[in-house]
Amino acid sequence: MQKLLEWVDARFPLIKAWNEHLAEYYAPKNFNFWYYFGSLALLVLVLQIVTGIFLTMHYKPDTALAFASVEYIMRDVPWGWLIRYMHSTGASAFFIVVYLHMFRALLYGSYRGPRELVWIIGVIIFVALMAEAFMGYLLPWGNMSYWGAQVIINLFDAIPGVGPSLSEWIRGDFVVSDATLNRFFAFHVIAVPLVLVALVFLHIVALHKVGSNNPDGIEIKENKGPDGIPVDGIPFHPYYTVKDIVGVTVFLIVFAAIMFFAPEMGGWFLEHDNFTPANVLQTPSEIVPLWYFTPYYSILRANTVAFLGLDAKVWGVIFMGLSIMVFFFLPWLDRSPVKSIRYRGWMYKSALAVFVVCFFVLGWLGTQPAVGKNVVMAQIGTVVYFLFFLLMPFYTKLDKTKPVPGRVTSK
Amino acid sequence: MGNEVIDKGRRRILAITTGVGAVGVGFAAAPFVMSMMPSARAKAAGAPVEVDISKIEPGQMLTVEWRGKPVWVLHRTPEMLASLDTLADKIADPNSEASEQPGYVDPKTRGMNPEVIVLVGICTHLGCSPVKKLKPGAGEGMDADWKGGFYCPCHGSRFDLAGRVFKNMPAPTNLPVPPHSISDSGVLIVGVDPKEGVA
Repeated sequence: MQKLLEWVDARFPLIKAWNEHLAEYYAPKNFNFWYYFGSLALLVLVLQIVTGIFLTMHYKPDTALAFASVEYIMRDVPWGWLIRYMHSTGASAFFIVVYLHMFRALLYGSYRGPRELVWIIGVIIFVALMAEAFMGYLLPWGNMSYWGAQVIINLFDAIPGVGPSLSEWIRGDFVVSDATLNRFFAFHVIAVPLVLVALVFLHIVALHKVGSNNPDGIEIKENKGPDGIPVDGIPFHPYYTVKDIVGVTVFLIVFAAIMFFAPEMGGWFLEHDNFTPANVLQTPSEIVPLWYFTPYYSILRANTVAFLGLDAKVWGVIFMGLSIMVFFFLPWLDRSPVKSIRYRGWMYKSALAVFVVCFFVLGWLGTQPAVGKNVVMAQIGTVVYFLFFLLMPFYTKLDKTKPVPGRVTSK
Repeated sequence: MGNEVIDKGRRRILAITTGVGAVGVGFAAAPFVMSMMPSARAKAAGAPVEVDISKIEPGQMLTVEWRGKPVWVLHRTPEMLASLDTLADKIADPNSEASEQPGYVDPKTRGMNPEVIVLVGICTHLGCSPVKKLKPGAGEGMDADWKGGFYCPCHGSRFDLAGRVFKNMPAPTNLPVPPHSISDSGVLIVGVDPKEGVA
């Protein structure tokens, strides 16, 4: 065994990689609950890829066969229902985990220098994940799949000039059709997953270059012992691998409970309208995207005024795009001298609280019909959403901060 | 390394070959990008649809599929037609100047003959198919002063019985009228202009 290891190590930097990224990768010793979600996101990615591979063995990307092939997986394929529910529950779990992972960054300033690239790569992963989820949702060819794709692809129509030809190019037809289903299948099972895996790799490479942030938002590398090891650092393996296993266990308990007892989650994880095959002649009585897109769907629908020579619809698309793009600028919008919320003043704390409430309200409004006071609420929510970012340079600078300790604290 | 003289000729060759290579990559990418455009089969799939409409009673509506889209055929009653005039000031584009329709339909009633209207049942906002709310009044969940028409469930656009959109709705234009012709025996052909051939 030792000989084999030596043989490999002479040809491949196995021990070096193991040490650099696990056994001698020093992570701050004060990680808390919020630090579970990175490794959980990785777990869900693997789960989605594995279940996805087995689903493609039975699924048929053809408008005449797709819906029935999903029902075939559910009824006739041995354990097919389990694999499919794992995949559909996994999609929602992915977004829950990623949203919490991003929220952690907002809490402890993990996007701040020197971790700007870790954050930017992370936001790209988030965008890729949204594309992956959107295209995957067309595949069962249910009625909500069909009309949801119809509405979202028609958004591109709004772009002045190239819009209509762009949306035709995306669909490969004049309406959402077999050509669209086939290419979404290709993107969903090959193109985007490859990009996602590559981006996750880069995310971790960038993270390990600069080291993890921590709930105190201080740089452990600035305080090294005589052995060159950060005094507040502990090796990732075994300390955090063991901690993460606890997180994985709890996560899998919750995941299995949902998968076995509530895979539809009352229409939140699998929508009722999608149990009817796509009908090109009839739109479901309400088009509602899955929960993880609803905050952005609200922002899309919020604007009802045409200005600067562009339709209300075009502005809706622009606002929705900006609401995601603005995350890229976060490292430079935050001007606070401290990173962690523990040492920030009331201004950032309340701004973040308002933002979280606003995100949930927008999410809820996205599931409701856009009529009456819902429209006004979505408009207020959209303004608040953007103000959180646009006013950030001011309130983070004005905010009264507490002194940051030299060493990490344990709470 | 640092003390070596830079050979500008070699640098230039390097830049030129890189540039030419990039153009080559661009050309090689073009077929892949263009392979995603609508195929010849998709373009040819726009065959006209024939349907006998002589049996549609006044007030009844029929939906047929044309080019993968729902096409509505509504036989309007005199009361329905009368309601159109009363709405003119509430409609965004009452004379269909900015909307899509063939020249041979009346811009106000939007039918070739006033009774029969043919519409593409796809909202001009984001492409949902509106729901028919033909009965006037609050009976079908609309307002009390509703005169009958169509309601898009996705983003709330309202249309009258000529497919004209009301003011301040997300939909920018009226529902399109497809090219169509009606024979003397009451057969509607969607996709063919009168006496002209395939549109």
